[in-house]
Amino acid sequence: MRTPTEWYLVVSALLFTIGTVGVLVRRNALVIFMSIELQLNAVNLSLVAFSRQWGNLVGQVLAFFSMTVAAAEVVVGLAIIVALYRKRGSANVDDASLLRW
Amino acid sequence: MGFLILFWATASIAVASAIAMLFMRNAVHAALMLIVNFFCIAVFFLMLGSQFLFVVQIIVYAGAIMVLFLFVIMLLGVDRQEDLHERIPGQRWIAVLLGAGLVAEIVVAVRLGLGLSTGHAARLAALNRGGNVRALAAVLFNRYFFPFEVTSVLLIVAAVGVVLLGRRYAGDGTAARPAAIATRAGDGSGDGDGPAGTGGDPGGDLERVP
Amino acid sequence: MSLIPLVVLFPLVAAAVLLLTGRWWRGRSAGWLATAAIAASFGLAVALLLKLDAMPAAHRELVRHVYEWITVGTFTVGVTFQVDPLSIVMALTVTGIGSLIFLYSIGYMDGDGRYARYFAYLSLFVFFMLTLVLADNFLLLYVGWEGVGLCSYLLIGFWFERPAAANAAKKAFIVTRIGDAAFLIGIVLVWTHFHTLEFSAVFAGAGSSAFTTGSATVIALLFLAGAAGKSAQLPLHTWLPDAMEGPTPVSALIHAATMVTAGVYLIVRSLPIIERSPDAMTVIAVLGVVTSIYAGLSAIGQDDIKRVLAYSTISQVGLMLFAAGLGDPSAAIFLLVAHAFFKALLFLSAGSVIHGLHDEQDMMRMGGLRRAMPFTAAVWIVGALAIAGIPPLSGFFAKDEAVAAAGLLGRYGLWVCGLIASFLTAIYIGRATFMVFFGAPRYEGEPHEPAPVMRVPMGVLAIGTLFAGILGISPTTGILPTFLGAPEFPANAPSEFVLDTVAVVLGLAGLALAWFAYGSGRIDWVALRVRFAWVKRPLQRGLYVDDAYALVLGDGGKLAAAALAAFDRSWVDGIVGLVASATGSLASAGRRIQTGLVRTYAAAFLLGAVCVLWFLAARAT
Repeated sequence: MRTPTEWYLVVSALLFTIGTVGVLVRRNALVIFMSIELQLNAVNLSLVAFSRQWGNLVGQVLAFFSMTVAAAEVVVGLAIIVALYRKRGSANVDDASLLRW
Repeated sequence: MGFLILFWATASIAVASAIAMLFMRNAVHAALMLIVNFFCIAVFFLMLGSQFLFVVQIIVYAGAIMVLFLFVIMLLGVDRQEDLHERIPGQRWIAVLLGAGLVAEIVVAVRLGLGLSTGHAARLAALNRGGNVRALAAVLFNRYFFPFEVTSVLLIVAAVGVVLLGRRYAGDGTAARPAAIATRAGDGSGDGDGPAGTGGDPGGDLERVP
Repeated sequence: MSLIPLVVLFPLVAAAVLLLTGRWWRGRSAGWLATAAIAASFGLAVALLLKLDAMPAAHRELVRHVYEWITVGTFTVGVTFQVDPLSIVMALTVTGIGSLIFLYSIGYMDGDGRYARYFAYLSLFVFFMLTLVLADNFLLLYVGWEGVGLCSYLLIGFWFERPAAANAAKKAFIVTRIGDAAFLIGIVLVWTHFHTLEFSAVFAGAGSSAFTTGSATVIALLFLAGAAGKSAQLPLHTWLPDAMEGPTPVSALIHAATMVTAGVYLIVRSLPIIERSPDAMTVIAVLGVVTSIYAGLSAIGQDDIKRVLAYSTISQVGLMLFAAGLGDPSAAIFLLVAHAFFKALLFLSAGSVIHGLHDEQDMMRMGGLRRAMPFTAAVWIVGALAIAGIPPLSGFFAKDEAVAAAGLLGRYGLWVCGLIASFLTAIYIGRATFMVFFGAPRYEGEPHEPAPVMRVPMGVLAIGTLFAGILGISPTTGILPTFLGAPEFPANAPSEFVLDTVAVVLGLAGLALAWFAYGSGRIDWVALRVRFAWVKRPLQRGLYVDDAYALVLGDGGKLAAAALAAFDRSWVDGIVGLVASATGSLASAGRRIQTGLVRTYAAAFLLGAVCVLWFLAARAT
């Protein structure tokens, strides 16, 4: 029998949540970024699952675009992290707290 | 039957590697765990009848994006062990609590069948008859042609942006390479500036910044 | 007819010229200009009198409309002057006595640094006073009323470098203000009832039955309050003794002959309204006589010669109101005219004494001056006899007629009170006379008689005081009563002769008592002063009425102000400060949200997302 779509959605939820917790808990900027990528992937998974559910390719197309844009985003994000690191000498996210009261 | 076993196995590995990524203190280890996770997701794509995305996931995500990550990690030397002590009070508790809440909500939503209706899986199979790639192309270049072009522009913009962001400025702690190139290119009369140049440290920009 | 506005305008022009160009007038020329202006007004007033006299008795009225001042809907007020027997008598008094006082001032104020301005203010005063008496409607009268109040303030405080003078000016203005406010309310009520402010229309309507006694009483009492303020009657009299800080001619003109009589004029003019309320009439008469007795007692205790005369003025004006309240307006006006003569004379004589002794006003430092200043002593004594009511001087005819009116009307209680007031009058004026001009000299220096320019007015006034009685020998058939309208006395009234004799006897008794105590040398009155200081002191302080005001209103006011200030500081400022500090505290607490840490912000996002999802899920189920 076909694996029910709900299972894929649950897995996707779990992965998404793990990514969210990672954003909140980790201090290294790069690891946080990686957690965000995990979140994106979880969403892609659920998109494709829905694509199968609905019987059309829209979900897959959207997942495709999501991957493309994620790639561009990673590139730019890493460039920013590199620039920040050069400026401050640290990749610890807690150190960038100039907006503190 | 086989699919079920495959599903459970892949799901377990995916979740386990994700959690492992969370707990890894070394950034490189975390990146490697994420790669494992991406492979699992690629398998999921395959199981869901999207062969094209299966391949693209491996090539783009695991092959390009994660490699980029690893480059940067090693470039910046941030692979040191991260300090375990949490300075923001209650942050971990909040994170776990909210995370649990999020999962619970989504599971409840899924259980209630929100957004799910009668499936048309057979249709997907029909669509995929000429191959997933062909079917995807048929949709992509017809209905979604404009977003496709826009995305390509986006990629160009991202590339330009990265070049700009990567520029160095004085006070960075690293020498500006353009100065060295300029003296070599032109004036034989020379100001006497060699690569040892204008008041920065003579090393290249690939040198590790302490 | 076109003479009428000129009467009012001459002093105004003199005032304007002197105000604008005063500093370029040399010597005494400013004084001569002002005197010429007022003398011209007097001449015109005499001409108008003759014109009026030639008209039949029932229609003696000349009206001259100058321009329409206010037109608002149905409310119209014009600058219109009305010459009738009452107003021409007032105008003649003002300009006549005024001319003499102006003449006197030329000499008295000689050498003062602000000579021209003095005459400017004085001329301005005459202008306003004439506006007051010649007005044909209540609002124009009120304009004159306020104007004379202003000029009084300017003139009392003429030597404003002296704090006492400045304070006295303020006090006069503020106390009369209270009366003025009541008067204004009265005018508004007149408008409410009659929808016009013109005398002729108002008084015609006052006779109708639609005008109730109650309304008449209210309006009458409000007018009385205004008169009490302006004419210095109880309880608004406290400003007049202090007003003696001004130059003596000012005291003579404004605070004896003219301004203080404006209240009497108002009451007499408004009698058609006031008569509709017998209760108000009684109140006026009683207030007048009570004030008269009170002021007489206070005059006995004064040591400053001008303050004696000030209280004397209060007392005499009280008698004028007394007569008006009894319903005998011609007696009131007759006393007004006679009083103008002899009070001005007494003031000018006092000024002469003060001038001669180089600004000494304390009677304890005078004495025996009749040898050094015989002329002044002679004219003073003429005035003193007049005010004491000794025949055949004018004071006898005027004052005793006013008092006798009570007897003739059968109101014996009031008559006795009037007699008491007369008795006190004789005592205090006798005391003053004997203290200043008789006995052993207690003064220092060489007093001298004043210059001729000052003696001529005094002499003219003395003559007038002697012979002005002609105007009203009989209360019913005399010249003035027939001109103004004689009263009617019941047929069974006691004979005038009896009443007058009683009054004369009392007057002589008062003078004799004063002579015995102060002039005969048989009593050591200097020692008695000390022994009876517990009697003298309250009298000198005017029975502490002024002090009571200062305590209740002055100190009470300061207390209230201090309380309010404290309340403002602690509560109002406190609340404002509280708002500010509360905002500060709130902000201080609120800014802790800005941790600057990305991860807390991320946690906030997640919290929000979870809540939204929960909401959506709950809605969908």
